[in-house]
Amino acid sequence: MTDLVVADRIKQDISDNPVVLYMKGTPVFPQCGFSAAVVQILTHMGVKFKGVDVLADPALRQGIKDFSSWPTIPQLYVKGEFVGGCDIIREMFESGELKDLLQTKGVTTRAA
Amino acid sequence: MAIDAATIERLIKEGLPDARVTIEDLRGDGDHYAAHVVSAAFKGKSRVQQHQLVYQALRGRMGNELHALALQTSLPDD
Repeated sequence: MTDLVVADRIKQDISDNPVVLYMKGTPVFPQCGFSAAVVQILTHMGVKFKGVDVLADPALRQGIKDFSSWPTIPQLYVKGEFVGGCDIIREMFESGELKDLLQTKGVTTRAA
Repeated sequence: MAIDAATIERLIKEGLPDARVTIEDLRGDGDHYAAHVVSAAFKGKSRVQQHQLVYQALRGRMGNELHALALQTSLPDD
């Protein structure tokens, strides 16, 4: 039953917030280099996002991996959809795809 | 809990038999790797799906024994 509750909470979070980053630590104090890298990219792009610290909640730390069939943290969700972890976000940022995706989904980024 | 590069390569090739795998041990500590995987199985798949294929091949090791694997996937040129 716990699994269901966690999955529901994730669904709620990613539908209530346009951009959600599940990460280790908080956007101000990331606890892992991979999480910090994605925070840095989003901040650089001027994207408003909700950071969720999985270290504060062991059920969520496992639950988010089960939810997306993705074994690692961080995980970025845009408009309810899983976009990727650190490597994919970095690759998409460098190629400009991340900006295109955010704009297509109606998320405001800082004008370049 | 370290895992050696040869094991990572073997597991990926078991899951994706045509794969060309290049692995780099980033810190020489058996815990932080970068892998570039080239396979025709990635065709028509999103990046997330491509990485998921590799993670499936690693059968649960990613995120456990294997802490850090910077992953890059691509299709063969020809």
